[in-house]
Amino acid sequence: MTKIDTSGPENVLPTPSHTVGPFYGYALPFRGGNDIAPRDHPDTVTVHGYVLDGAGAPLPDALVELWGPGPDGRMPTTDGSMRRDPASGDFLGRNGVEFTGFGRIQTDANGHWYAHTLRPGARGGNAPYISVCVFARGLLTHLFTRIHLPGDDAALAADPLLSRLAPERRDTLIAADEGNGTYRFDIRLQGENETVFLEFHR
Amino acid sequence: MTLTQQDIDAEIAAERAAYEKRLADGGPVEHHPRRDYAPYRSSVLRHPKQPPVAIDVSKDPELVELSSPAFGERDITETDNDLTRQHTGEPVGERITVSGRLLDRGGRPVRGQLVEIWQANSAGRYAHRREQHDAPLDPNFTGVGRTLTDDDGFYRFTTIRPGPYPWRNHVNAWRPAHIHFSLFGTAFTQRLVTQMYFPNDPLFPYDPILQSVTDDAARQRLVATYDHSLSVPEFSLGYHWDIVLDGPGATWIEEGR
Repeated sequence: MTKIDTSGPENVLPTPSHTVGPFYGYALPFRGGNDIAPRDHPDTVTVHGYVLDGAGAPLPDALVELWGPGPDGRMPTTDGSMRRDPASGDFLGRNGVEFTGFGRIQTDANGHWYAHTLRPGARGGNAPYISVCVFARGLLTHLFTRIHLPGDDAALAADPLLSRLAPERRDTLIAADEGNGTYRFDIRLQGENETVFLEFHR
Repeated sequence: MTLTQQDIDAEIAAERAAYEKRLADGGPVEHHPRRDYAPYRSSVLRHPKQPPVAIDVSKDPELVELSSPAFGERDITETDNDLTRQHTGEPVGERITVSGRLLDRGGRPVRGQLVEIWQANSAGRYAHRREQHDAPLDPNFTGVGRTLTDDDGFYRFTTIRPGPYPWRNHVNAWRPAHIHFSLFGTAFTQRLVTQMYFPNDPLFPYDPILQSVTDDAARQRLVATYDHSLSVPEFSLGYHWDIVLDGPGATWIEEGR
């Protein structure tokens, strides 16, 4: 069953997900993973928060991936998030000029993550957002959520997803403004104020 | 109370019976693990209790999640897909070649996309400082690889067959040998992190992580096939493992792919 017969769609069934486990830390995180915004870009924002379990304890081994549009609402098509030095094999960090839209951050020993990225622009009828994918030891299948930044109440009220949610659940998808372009977004995997997680289908 | 393998076996059997009942009652085939799977103890406080909120991607082509990050030659170096050549000396263990295709649910190849792997060395030890298993480290093996899929969706790695290793889910818990894979598709909705296993591993029935995939056919899709045509004479044994990404893609750009 590990050679997939592509002659008919009934034979093409998905490979199951598995947990990222505890030992990805020397493989997946890369230098500059949280430094998504081009250097000195005027639309830079800082987004940060904790990943918390059902007992309210922070996760020191969660991996947060961010994927978002530029301020003009366009999705980046640029590679180079994890540029490498062909001589040493080391990570070079981003080039400080291009915006790839992709970030990857491992929570620190306190369960805290942060990223500098660009304020997302709107796409279609959606309020602007950054897509988030969360991985962790103990999480058998990753979780998707979204970070909305506060400020444009009309856009948030008109958002097709947010407008479907009860107010207290909706608020888990809107970061808190801490001033100076800094926003707090905690991810609660379980329990009180559990973050809204998303499932995509057609 | 000490948690034994017998306790875990009983829980695994109960989860299987519950899945078979869901199927008999007309429930869908479950290709992925339930996040709430208590035999894997770390899942208990780390799964949401609320059901996920469903988003129909066919109603909105502008969703951020319908595009995917791009990776290119800048993000890869020449020895990234050969884990036996990343140090000055040869790693200890059985050299293997692991190759297969990255496909979407339509059976179409996912081209030019990033595949990342990580694994234990041949003694079952990860090069990670929080690893507590006292098997020897191998100074000539890190266990990290990256590559981009080719125009037919193929990836290929040369590495060392990883060893099984103990963990602390319960007393005498052992993970079957596996390689971790991280994959991207053409849409962020297709993101996948998973593990590839080797055929006929006697540890399969005891492992709550593998058994969290309760559907027999789905679990089989995590096991590579020995492929003699991939074996390299005088060098390595070959394993074939195709990967199918779930999650809706962006149909409007699939034409002509």
